[in-house]
Amino acid sequence: MDFLSTHNIVKQYSNHLALNKVSINIQENSIFGLLGPNGAGKTTLIRIINQITAYDEGEVLIKGRKLKPEDVNFIGYLPEERGLYKKMKVGEQALYLAQLKGLSRSDAMRKIKYWFEKFEITGWWDKKVEDLSKGMQQKVQFVTTVIHEPKLLIFDEPFSGFDPINSNLLKREILELKEKGATIIFSTHNMESVEELCDHISLIHNAEVILEGQIEEIKQKYKTNICEVKYNGDPESLKAALTKDFELVEEKINHHSHIAQIKLNGNTNNSLLKTILPKVEVESFSELIPSMNDVFIRVVEETNKNKTDK
Amino acid sequence: MNKIFLIIQREYLTRVKKKSFLIMSILGPLLFAAFLVVPTWLASMEDTEHKTIAVIDQSHLTYGVLEESEYLSFVYLEDVPIDSVKKDFKSSDYQGVLFVPTNILISNSPILYSDKQLSLSTRMQISNSIKDEIERQKLKAENIENLDEILKSVETKINLRNITWNDAGEERENSTEFAMGIGYIGGLLIYFFIFLFGAMVMRGVIEEKTNRIVEVIISSVKPFQLMMGKIIGIGLVGLTQFVIWVAFTLIISTVVQKTIMDDKTSTLMENMQSRDILADTPSIDENTDSGDNLQFVEEIFSSLHTLNFPLIIGMFIFYFLGGYLLYASFFAIIGSAVDNETDTQQFMLPVTIPLIIGIFVMINTIQNPEGPIAFWFSIIPLTSPIVMMVRIPFNPPVWEILLSVVILVLTFIGSVWMAGKIYRTGILMYGKKVGYKELWKWFRLKN
Repeated sequence: MDFLSTHNIVKQYSNHLALNKVSINIQENSIFGLLGPNGAGKTTLIRIINQITAYDEGEVLIKGRKLKPEDVNFIGYLPEERGLYKKMKVGEQALYLAQLKGLSRSDAMRKIKYWFEKFEITGWWDKKVEDLSKGMQQKVQFVTTVIHEPKLLIFDEPFSGFDPINSNLLKREILELKEKGATIIFSTHNMESVEELCDHISLIHNAEVILEGQIEEIKQKYKTNICEVKYNGDPESLKAALTKDFELVEEKINHHSHIAQIKLNGNTNNSLLKTILPKVEVESFSELIPSMNDVFIRVVEETNKNKTDK
Repeated sequence: MNKIFLIIQREYLTRVKKKSFLIMSILGPLLFAAFLVVPTWLASMEDTEHKTIAVIDQSHLTYGVLEESEYLSFVYLEDVPIDSVKKDFKSSDYQGVLFVPTNILISNSPILYSDKQLSLSTRMQISNSIKDEIERQKLKAENIENLDEILKSVETKINLRNITWNDAGEERENSTEFAMGIGYIGGLLIYFFIFLFGAMVMRGVIEEKTNRIVEVIISSVKPFQLMMGKIIGIGLVGLTQFVIWVAFTLIISTVVQKTIMDDKTSTLMENMQSRDILADTPSIDENTDSGDNLQFVEEIFSSLHTLNFPLIIGMFIFYFLGGYLLYASFFAIIGSAVDNETDTQQFMLPVTIPLIIGIFVMINTIQNPEGPIAFWFSIIPLTSPIVMMVRIPFNPPVWEILLSVVILVLTFIGSVWMAGKIYRTGILMYGKKVGYKELWKWFRLKN
């Protein structure tokens, strides 16, 4: 069953349509990637789920029932525009934010201790936030987001401001939270981390969902049927062997071996191999699978083109 | 509901724990105490230095009439030209030279030369003596028998007691000057508090916006809760400050008066405690300067009893809170509409103007607390906290107070509601130069 789903959400601002019948479905205990170019409507959708913004039409369901105001207590939200009270001490601040999420003071204390020890930041308790570096502030911010053990976590560009080491720490934490049962919405422009973390994505562009599905399915769907062959031998004999079913897209030399990219027009990988094996010595053979980055760019550009064509 | 208390608590504690709050708490009462104590202290310190004045009297009118006192004596110089005294003044022991011309009875203008400005009381003492003598001489010229006895018997001192009664027929003695003073202080304090703490709300909202914590917070609480928590928390800081000030001012002024005004004060304190007796039997020598002074202070203290203090303090707290809530909601709107403090200027003017009008009307109201200007501006909610506060010590009609209270309450409910609507949109807007049209649009947004 879906943990969270939206059905035909419409949000109209005075001068533009922010969301046009957006439906997403997020399975329980999965990581859901919410993708899209700037201004697509991702933040609006996230704010609607957080009940910060109201919507005009449609509905938001959580485990099949309508979202209620009290539900904010089991949502953890790390907004893109985030920050902390600069003049407040780290410990007090974490305590305050945890209590705002409905934790009792003693529960909050206990959990803060656990997380501060885990992140090795116990010594910062009495430090003012303004005295911490940006990366340190981000760590504190992350702790305050997950402190109340939310069932639903929403991360909007979580890696901005983190160095590679802390980014990895964060990724590990996110995966661990998933293991513990949390459902995670993950919005980012960093497609590498999407491939690494997400099970399922929706791509929003111009207020509409233009692509959705599991990462592997999407990649398969958008693959270009191009194989890359690394070989030793005469490129001319390879070319001669290729029938009209195979199209040589690119040919280059890398050190002592040749690399050819060959497009299969309706044929299988095996038939290509059969065709070229007698002619050249194959060093490696692989099918080119598009990265999410390629998919993203391709889908968005296609949509833009269709729009201008119309 | 629990969450709004957490917000109030944070807003309150972070401000009360600040050093600036502590400094204000100590500095404020010191200033107030200074206002109360310094004038009386200065009055009592005056003229303790002995002065000798040389007198060159060509009319011989003042011989033996200039009244000497502990600190003031006169030396009469015969046949000395004024120029030579002036020339030798530096080397002489005189603090001043009084020159009385021959035609004093006609010109009425003696001249007092000195190298330093002489104190008001010294000058008054001299001019009163001469005036009395000239008047006596003129009366004498009318040839009236037993003049001195007649004069003595007609001499009267008026003690005007102003007693007002309320609808229930209860009588109450008033001191207008003191009511004016209290009204003035009350009105000014409200003006000052609204500005100080209203601006604090605005800065708090801007701080949350620029720190970008606001979105984190409103994913846990409703924007209205955040705004109200902030307004209430800061309002409580204001009340705390006020209570500390009142307590400290009382303590400091009592201590200082006790130490400075030594034994005279103790008589004063005794007299204060038995004000009714005092009214009939003035017990302090009226002839000396310090005596007059003390009597003045005494009148102030005795007037304390004539004012309805529970009403004044109660109304002060009400008008402080009401005015504060009204203006704090405007300040919250401004804070939510801008990205930083420098952008607040364009919105500040419409908020500042009614407050400044309130101050101007206040000055008029002190002179005429029952006039139409005073009435209307004490009903209009934007100025009523200041103007009605000035009128309260003069016991305005109850229905006027009630009307003003009801209108103020309704207005701040309306303004807080309006602020809530604009605020929730404004706090999430960044990098946009906002005008009034935009604010109006936010106000009309459904959510």
